Amino acid sequence: MTFSSSVVPMGGNRTNLEAKHHVLSVLVENKSGVLARIAQLFSRRGYNIYSLSVAPTEDERFSRVTIVVDVESAPLEQITKQLHKLINVLKISEINAAQAVEYELLMGSISTSSETRSELIELVRIFDGKIVDVGFDKLTVMLAGSPKMLDDFEALLGAYPIVEIQRTGRVALQKLDRSAPTRARSKSGKAS
Amino acid sequence: MQLTGAQALIKSLEMEQVEVIFGLPGGAILPVYDPLLDSTIRHILVRHEQGAGHAAEGYAHVTGRPGVAMVTSGPAATNIVTALADAYMDSIPLVVITGQVGTSLIGTDAFQEADTTGITMSVTKHNWLITDASQIPTVVREAFHVATTGRPGPVLIDLPKDVSNQAMEWYWPESVDLPGYKPTLKGHPKMIQEAAKLISKSLRPVLYVGGGVLRAGATKELLALAEHCGIPVVTTLMARGAFPDDNPLCLGMPGMHGNYTAVTSMQKSDLLITLGARFDDRVTGNVAGFAPYAKVIHVDIDPAELGKIRNPDVPIVGDLKLVIPELTREIKKLKVDLKSQLEPWIAELDTWREKYPLSYNQDPGGRPLKPQYVIERLRQMAPPDTIVVSGVGQHQMWASQFWKFNHPNTWVNSGGLGTMGFAVPAALGAKVGRPDKVVWAIDGDGCFQMTAQELVTATAERIPIKVAILNNAYLGMVRQWQEMFYDQRYSEVYLSPDLPDYVKWAEAMGCVGIRVDSADEVEVAIEKANSINDRPVVIDFRTDTWEKVFPMVPAGKTNDEIVIGPQEMERK
Repeated sequence: MTFSSSVVPMGGNRTNLEAKHHVLSVLVENKSGVLARIAQLFSRRGYNIYSLSVAPTEDERFSRVTIVVDVESAPLEQITKQLHKLINVLKISEINAAQAVEYELLMGSISTSSETRSELIELVRIFDGKIVDVGFDKLTVMLAGSPKMLDDFEALLGAYPIVEIQRTGRVALQKLDRSAPTRARSKSGKAS
Repeated sequence: MQLTGAQALIKSLEMEQVEVIFGLPGGAILPVYDPLLDSTIRHILVRHEQGAGHAAEGYAHVTGRPGVAMVTSGPAATNIVTALADAYMDSIPLVVITGQVGTSLIGTDAFQEADTTGITMSVTKHNWLITDASQIPTVVREAFHVATTGRPGPVLIDLPKDVSNQAMEWYWPESVDLPGYKPTLKGHPKMIQEAAKLISKSLRPVLYVGGGVLRAGATKELLALAEHCGIPVVTTLMARGAFPDDNPLCLGMPGMHGNYTAVTSMQKSDLLITLGARFDDRVTGNVAGFAPYAKVIHVDIDPAELGKIRNPDVPIVGDLKLVIPELTREIKKLKVDLKSQLEPWIAELDTWREKYPLSYNQDPGGRPLKPQYVIERLRQMAPPDTIVVSGVGQHQMWASQFWKFNHPNTWVNSGGLGTMGFAVPAALGAKVGRPDKVVWAIDGDGCFQMTAQELVTATAERIPIKVAILNNAYLGMVRQWQEMFYDQRYSEVYLSPDLPDYVKWAEAMGCVGIRVDSADEVEVAIEKANSINDRPVVIDFRTDTWEKVFPMVPAGKTNDEIVIGPQEMERK
């Protein structure tokens, strides 16, 4: 697992996301097959992954997997305990949305006409997004931001003929403590 | 010292003190079979790779050491998947080595290629695909460590053919470095104190003992705890023998075919002290109605078991070998006279035991021959520490019910996965592990037909196991369900009593074959079987087709709805 990858459900209903989903930040050994082990565990135990993103950390021996899990499919505690049993999983932190910095990236190719082009560019500007590719009658736009902000942006893009939209799934880090340095607490329960 | 990958593998296995490998060679594993010729490790050539896996399981069951199996790539690897799944369910330490096609061919659909690590991911505790010969000692060391520590389980090492031929500089790692694997062994002292308090206040406690006690080697510790407190014990199918059946505190097996007292003790209990058990659906019946009055203390080395099915009031993660003595110590500190506190409870259990014993009715005329009678006679004529191995189905339940297990690790069966055909190869492995003990496989006719070919292995390798086929000419447990729950509409369950001819088949495989049709012939046949120690023996016991396993908690029902016997079934 030496590359970034991500899975996000297409066009799903994103309302009530915070109530039904939890974000797990999982530190794993950067070894081949680790992503397969995690995906396989979720499938085997009947847990739903809402979104997932993987990339190497600053230390190349490790990767960080950010998983948004559907907690209605199983108690979160059981999911983290089962994850901990994977030999390559080092640490699991549950990231509380209220105490986290969360980011996600959206790219979308939109068909434009001469009338809608400037309007679309204006919309991208308002959101502080970018035009990353320009075609004869299409634009590819990009926005990085909180998942909520991306939801809004995506909804507004709905007014235009969308060729394709791709979201990365969120990555998250615990908010920094302003009074004293601290580390994300790992969930209890070691592998056995 | 320069070694080939294959030599390094064999040397690594020697370093891990492996004394026997169950296996079957083939293309991709060929290089490893060459240095095996020069090794002190015994190799037992099975006739089917599934047999290698189950034999390694049987060996691990009775010795407590990891069983080792080695097979080639592709179909051999897929053939051993059943044994891996079986060992994973029952927490049996297994190290399986599979050959793999050369690294340059991986992913090209090469001859005898299968994605072995992918296929076995969900049925192993961990698996490794070795990509360079220099990894071999480290991976073998890690594999044995993972298989045998924490909650034991099967692991798999996939070794590509070119890696076996590659040269490497030999080394042996001093220690294992697995930063993500640190099993918790010592129970939390506060939680243990909490548990002791609950026990000291309980009036109807039950020690709910699972296979974890055997895996932890904590049977003496359990006996001390139970006897100090006078708390009755139920031993699950996986835990038969973890607590002596002839101890007055032993209530026997709970669950779907458990005896009335064991099942009902849990239903009426106010405290389940759960040790290395996992609230399996075959024990709990309908979970919503299981042990409704009981608080739960749950001790397990696998944190994921705590709260998986039933939320414990006191969860304790730890090694039972350490936690049980701690718990006993804490209870002693509280200085409560538990024995007199529990007197009414024990008295109540005694009335149930007297009122609802396990029973069957052997016609004095000798026919039809009852399977339970066969098991009782086998037991009476066998040494008390005989190892009993079973397949899966009616015969397994009768064996668990009617044998008396008074020694740990003398009962070998497939509990979680319910693998038919487990008995013959597992018995072979058990006998290899404990050649000093008598090993009886109690098998069904359906099961026997699945893996009987391993008797050829047993004969060839001079492993004198004894097999009692309880031949009722049916897939008996399925037939029982069709009789009870499908209006006696028997669908695809008839096997015939004499096709195959089991005696001739046994003889063809180099065993002694004996046929028994009636109860009066049982003793003579067993005597003869007991006198043979130079080859395997198979007795074909033609038993009553209509005999059913009772008591029974029908599927989906709560344990309060236990059906004690056939008479009661008719009344309903």
